[in-house]
Amino acid sequence: MNTLKLIAAHQHVARLERPNILELANDADPRAVSLEGIKRIDLHFPRFTDGRAFTQAFLLRRRLGFKGEIRATGDVLADQLPQMLRSGFTVAVLRADQDLAVAQRQLARFGAFYQGDAVNPQPHFLKAA
Amino acid sequence: MYQYTDFDRQFVHTRASQYRDQLERNLAGRLSDDEFRPLRLQNGWYIQRHAPMLRVAVPYGELSGAQLRVLARIARDYDQGWGHFTTRQNIQFNWIPLARSADVMDLLASVDMHGIQTSGNCIRNITSDERAGIAVDEIADPRPFCEILRQWSTLHPEFAFLPRKFKVAVIGAREDRAASAWHDVGLQLVRDDDGALGFRVLVGGGMGRTPVIASTLREFLPWQQILNYLEAVVRVYNRWGRRDKLYKARIKILVKAEGQRFMQEVEAEYRQIIEHDGAPHTLTQAELDRVTASFVPPALHGLRKDVSTKVAHILRAAAAADVEFSRWLEQNVAAHQHPNLRAVTLSLKRLGHAPGDATAQHMDIVADLADQFSAGEIRVTHDQNLLLPWVRCDQLPELWRAARQAGLARPHIRLLTDMIACPGGDFCALANARSIPIAQAIAERYQDLDELHDLGEIDLHISGCMNSCGHHHSGHIGILGVDKDGQEFYQITLGGSDGSRLSGEATPGKVVGPSFSAAEVPDVIETVLDTYRRERQSDERFIATLRRVGVEPFKQAAHQARHHQEAQAEATA
Repeated sequence: MNTLKLIAAHQHVARLERPNILELANDADPRAVSLEGIKRIDLHFPRFTDGRAFTQAFLLRRRLGFKGEIRATGDVLADQLPQMLRSGFTVAVLRADQDLAVAQRQLARFGAFYQGDAVNPQPHFLKAA
Repeated sequence: MYQYTDFDRQFVHTRASQYRDQLERNLAGRLSDDEFRPLRLQNGWYIQRHAPMLRVAVPYGELSGAQLRVLARIARDYDQGWGHFTTRQNIQFNWIPLARSADVMDLLASVDMHGIQTSGNCIRNITSDERAGIAVDEIADPRPFCEILRQWSTLHPEFAFLPRKFKVAVIGAREDRAASAWHDVGLQLVRDDDGALGFRVLVGGGMGRTPVIASTLREFLPWQQILNYLEAVVRVYNRWGRRDKLYKARIKILVKAEGQRFMQEVEAEYRQIIEHDGAPHTLTQAELDRVTASFVPPALHGLRKDVSTKVAHILRAAAAADVEFSRWLEQNVAAHQHPNLRAVTLSLKRLGHAPGDATAQHMDIVADLADQFSAGEIRVTHDQNLLLPWVRCDQLPELWRAARQAGLARPHIRLLTDMIACPGGDFCALANARSIPIAQAIAERYQDLDELHDLGEIDLHISGCMNSCGHHHSGHIGILGVDKDGQEFYQITLGGSDGSRLSGEATPGKVVGPSFSAAEVPDVIETVLDTYRRERQSDERFIATLRRVGVEPFKQAAHQARHHQEAQAEATA
């Protein structure tokens, strides 16, 4: 079972020049950077309605086979957590005002989805067959 | 119709409970309006002029009688008694208080319905041909593919926050009854030289401020690859689509700006999905068969193969005796794949009602008619009418009498008064001007059926603002509401096409000079139509005459219809 670790804003420590952490700008192409020695990649949501980081996470996890931590930072809200989990994020830094219980409730809500994703690539129709 | 599985049903109920959770947090002040907004939008809830507006998804326009009765109940018990059918085959309600919205979602879920992705910057409800699965010119039934696409796009984790909305239409017939080239993605089922089934893929069409006709990305894509290919298209759009300006954010702007580069990006991404990701969404024959099994023609009681000549004779006799019935057969009844069945359009264009509006009572009546005459099935048409897809031809006279009694048998389908119109400024917060009074004024002027039939098939489309919900760009005659110093004015366009055989290749209409006042519009329409009658040759249709003689004589006539005296009086008042 895949999980998304939720951490509070104050627990999040930004890169601080540590070489094994990569902060990727929202409009950057993850395929254009070197992932050599990278343990953690922070993807940023400037606003929760900006969906580019979902595609970045998908490309990192599925296309590039990145095995380390993918962390969601910025405008990270409870209601988008299931999408983050499915796109390949493993850690989400909740915005300071978010309620942890509400967040966990959203993650547990849907038992399954129609389409495959970065974590479970098989769509429902193949599983059901 | 598609039959929900337990999985589908559970999914819609879970979605309804998720929405209730979000609504309750919003009402309790624990989820801000700004943060609730995209969540409610992706369930169909807008905030409009008078109250929230709910858009309920009618996937590819198919409804059962039982579903329509629940829509009637929502209209009656939660709204002010009516609903509005849209060009995207959905239904909208305008008066439901937000506090009751979660109850409505539960009610919808009880009949396998929802408002998922009927709004918001995501892949919207899929539209299709109103005659899908019954059209005589059909290459293949698009409905199984529509349903497969619906499932794939539902709560797609990567594509819930695209730069802008994303609309897909799928057709399977030679005639385009879904304006597919006007969509972000238009999919047309085709066969290759070997008879294999696939899609012609069109991308980047759209209306709005910048009307664009979609470009062909693939002449032939094997049907098994449609989800993989769409994944590539939407991913490229999500990465590169503009997010700085709302009106530049649709995929059409990206396709226009990048042209060949966009196509190369999509093809490269598609190859990666196939070669690297292992093409996980490749459709199997088993899945297509499973979904297709839902769409087998209903077993119709009393349907015999050998009665067609006899019935045709009876119908001819009845039609000869009654000109109205004869016109109804001609305009509102269409041929069917089964020789003894017909597709019957019930008109929702009546004086005193906005185009596409239906009262709760009408919805109940149509549900009854569907149960009695059409195997319990109804289609919502792109032109904002309702269609009964499985009518036995020997029952046409009986259906006609019942429909006429209910005021749904006006024999004007595809004629001038069968117009498309958005709700406009009476309801919509976005609109610059009202659409309904303009539609009414024109309908009032053209009540005479002899005249309407003489004018023939004309697409009249009315939008209250540049968002183009009333598809003014694609009308033979288009009317667009504009705001001039706080006053309602209307821009007229001529020669637009939705891409149907009659209208020709999809194209936006050309603007006829400066805009007109509301009072001038019916006169302009009249003078344009008079010009057509003067210029036409034999049985030439309006759009054909316009194409042949050019827009100039129509333009001149329109300018002569300006109310100069009125304008002068106002100027000096």
